[in-house]
Amino acid sequence: MSNDTLTVEAATIADADIFSQRQALSAHLPEWFRSLQQAHWARYLELPEPRRLDERWRFANLRRLQDIGRFSPTPFERPEADDLVERAQVVENCAGRLLFVDDNLAAAREMDPELEKQGVIFTTLGDALNRHGDLVKKYFMAETPDLGSEKYEALHVALLRSGVFLYVPDNVEVKRPFVVYNFTQRNGGAIFPHTLFVTGRNARATLVDYQAAASPDTEHLVIANAHIHTGDGAESHHRIIQNWNERTLSFQLNTNNAQRDSQAKSIIVNIGSAQARQEVHGKIFGSGSNVEMYSVNVPTGEQEFDQRTLQTHIAPNSRSDLLFKNALLDQTRTIFSGLIIVEENAQQTDAYQTNNNLMLSEEAESNSLPGLEIKANDVKCSHGATTGRIDESNMFYFLARGIPPAGARELLVFGFLEEIIQKFETPAMAEHVRSLLAAKFHL
Amino acid sequence: MSTTTDIQIERDEGNFHYDTTYEFDAGVGLNEATVDYISGIKGEDEWIREFRQKALKVFRDKPVPTHWASRDLDSIDYEKIRYYLSKGQRPSRSWDEVPDEIKQTFERLGIPEKERAFLAGVEAQFDSEASYSNMKDELRKEGVIFVGSTEGLMAHPEIFRKWFGKVIPIGDNKFSALNSAVFSGGSFIYIPPGVKLKQPLQAYFRINAENFGQFERTLIIADEGAEVTYMEGCTAPKFETSTLHSAVVELVALKNAKIQYITVQNWSDNVFNLVTKRGLAMEGAEVKWIDCNIGSRLTMKYPGVVMRGEGARGEVLSIALAHDGQHQDTGAKMVHAANNTTSNIIAKSISIGQGRSTYRGIVSMPRHLKGCKNNTECDALLINTNSRTDTYPAITVRGNQNTVQHEASVSKVSAEQIFYMMQRGLNEGQAMSLSVNGFVNDLIREFPMEYSVELKRLIDLEMEGSVG
Repeated sequence: MSNDTLTVEAATIADADIFSQRQALSAHLPEWFRSLQQAHWARYLELPEPRRLDERWRFANLRRLQDIGRFSPTPFERPEADDLVERAQVVENCAGRLLFVDDNLAAAREMDPELEKQGVIFTTLGDALNRHGDLVKKYFMAETPDLGSEKYEALHVALLRSGVFLYVPDNVEVKRPFVVYNFTQRNGGAIFPHTLFVTGRNARATLVDYQAAASPDTEHLVIANAHIHTGDGAESHHRIIQNWNERTLSFQLNTNNAQRDSQAKSIIVNIGSAQARQEVHGKIFGSGSNVEMYSVNVPTGEQEFDQRTLQTHIAPNSRSDLLFKNALLDQTRTIFSGLIIVEENAQQTDAYQTNNNLMLSEEAESNSLPGLEIKANDVKCSHGATTGRIDESNMFYFLARGIPPAGARELLVFGFLEEIIQKFETPAMAEHVRSLLAAKFHL
Repeated sequence: MSTTTDIQIERDEGNFHYDTTYEFDAGVGLNEATVDYISGIKGEDEWIREFRQKALKVFRDKPVPTHWASRDLDSIDYEKIRYYLSKGQRPSRSWDEVPDEIKQTFERLGIPEKERAFLAGVEAQFDSEASYSNMKDELRKEGVIFVGSTEGLMAHPEIFRKWFGKVIPIGDNKFSALNSAVFSGGSFIYIPPGVKLKQPLQAYFRINAENFGQFERTLIIADEGAEVTYMEGCTAPKFETSTLHSAVVELVALKNAKIQYITVQNWSDNVFNLVTKRGLAMEGAEVKWIDCNIGSRLTMKYPGVVMRGEGARGEVLSIALAHDGQHQDTGAKMVHAANNTTSNIIAKSISIGQGRSTYRGIVSMPRHLKGCKNNTECDALLINTNSRTDTYPAITVRGNQNTVQHEASVSKVSAEQIFYMMQRGLNEGQAMSLSVNGFVNDLIREFPMEYSVELKRLIDLEMEGSVG
């Protein structure tokens, strides 16, 4: 990535010439990419802000979205972030590592040289655009979640200049995870991380997106995208640990695209952000595939986690499974709005969707909108949503055995969350997630 | 199952109409003068006329809710509808006084027989006004009031005015506003404290004229400890152009009262059926909606219960059957507004051919409540390969003292079951019919016997010759 410095200090998204300023610095990128950015900038300006009556924003807090114009896209510069490089060690012995601070590469790319020989590409999006332009072009923004944040997606594409491209060629299996760290640092900064993860036929890989803040007090806007393309017979695992600081407005707009006989599995852990809007669209293009979408969320304070999901079965004879679990504390709000669409030709579909809310405070609020749209008859589809509290009889069992209330509560809550945590196949990752979640409880 | 061709539904029972000359006709289209005309011939008090005019403004200001509802709503042309048609606005008290053409209609549908058989009271509405109403004398002696909407407001304002438009305010939605502007007919019922009706009250609604909109208004008040079951049925002949039915039904169950409201909706499949139904349940009271939707082109109906008193209970049991060209968009709304309130929603839908059934629901538990519980189950059965079903619930829970569970499933008739029954000598249609009856059976058992028998027969009839 370029190390040029912006001459104008802290131009904001609302500034009329912000886009031309940014484009002036990306002259080295391919023309098709630059014109796509231009088109998305026009789209961003044209699209209206979400309105109260828009079903896709039902129950959402729209207030914070109204002044995103005051954030400044972060300048191109080499960050001072030695301490963050230290923090970016969550997974030891990973297959590759990329570390960004405010959208700038903060440490040299690391990658197992053996994999390089097998044709695996793991690099920044800018580098990939220049060296593997045609490959990136084939997948870049080929799919979109289409769940309400089109305006913010357009802004993301227009202003993005950083990101990750992971490409695993046919028949290559990588057991160890690739890890991408994104940190926010500059106060008032806006970043646009982009993840493009492509597995070829019968390939296999795991990518972890680890998102955190350098300090708790700075304010940020994050509009992140992740698009996973899982080829025929391939297996992809994507994990997001969202731990931006609690003064961040974050978007995560993802698609999870599964071809024939593939396995596409994703997990999202939500810990940080003042308000996190997430859209995940699982698209089943090939038959015999299996798409799993899991999420575990522990909001505290006044956090709002707003998750919208779509499982679209286009091809027959596939399976999708979604499980989103929320444990709500304090004055938090969660919104889960999920939809399973089974198209006319998608017979023999098995599709499941579950949202469980554990209410741990008198002031918390959960909204659950589990939906189905079924246009084929030979299907097994179900959804379930529960909202409840800690079971009194379970609590009594612990208390009767001398375990104090706080400890009993912790055990029961972790029992609830563990169902998702244990889906992390790397024990170190699972343990790290447990410690992040535990820190959220005032136990 | 080998083949699943479209199922033909027998729907001819109500498909006949008589040429009738109407004494009162508000003409086509809707404006202030239409509203004044309706109010005028009814001889209504000024406050009712003002209520109607205010509602007309609200109706015009409200957008058609196509941001979430079916775009088919845009095909209603309000300027082509006739808003009021009547042969004379006083209901006849005995069967002999009913005009002959209307009598013919109801005789074909068996209204007086039903009354003789078991019903405590019956009111039949033909287009805009009740053409026949009767109630057993002993009920009248106990103080039960069972009258039409205008009569209720004019003769018993001390009872009905207090609650009229309070459970469902004018501005609740576009169609409740429309009804509030042009309502006519319907049932206003008051059950005094402690009176428990052993037999159901019945109303029957029929649209006989083309391009007609029926806007009946029903308000049932069960005073403390009272109990009542109310049943309504509806049909219309099939006309070339579509007709509109937009009712408002308000129920008020005071302390420890129980109201059960049963609907069998069998409009012909060119009727837009856009109905707002809501009950208010005070302390210890129970409101139960039993809702069967078989007819109409588009039904949008989400019976609701606002549980305002401690320990109140709300229930919606719903069966929807959607055939080719039909969209049954039904559901339930449960608003928990007091501690220890419980609600239950069981919705079953069957989609046949290219029919589409939709469940839409709201369960809401605001802050600082304790011990509230909701259970929701939605099951959909898809008969043909291109049948469609949707489910859109919305559940909002605040605080940690309440529990909600929602489950939905979608399935088809199992091929093994059909094979098993055919091995034992049933043909495929009979087997299918038995399977579908099995699917709704546990729900139908909850219905009063007369209705469960009729529904089972109706389902049998509709599944007949369904598969080739």
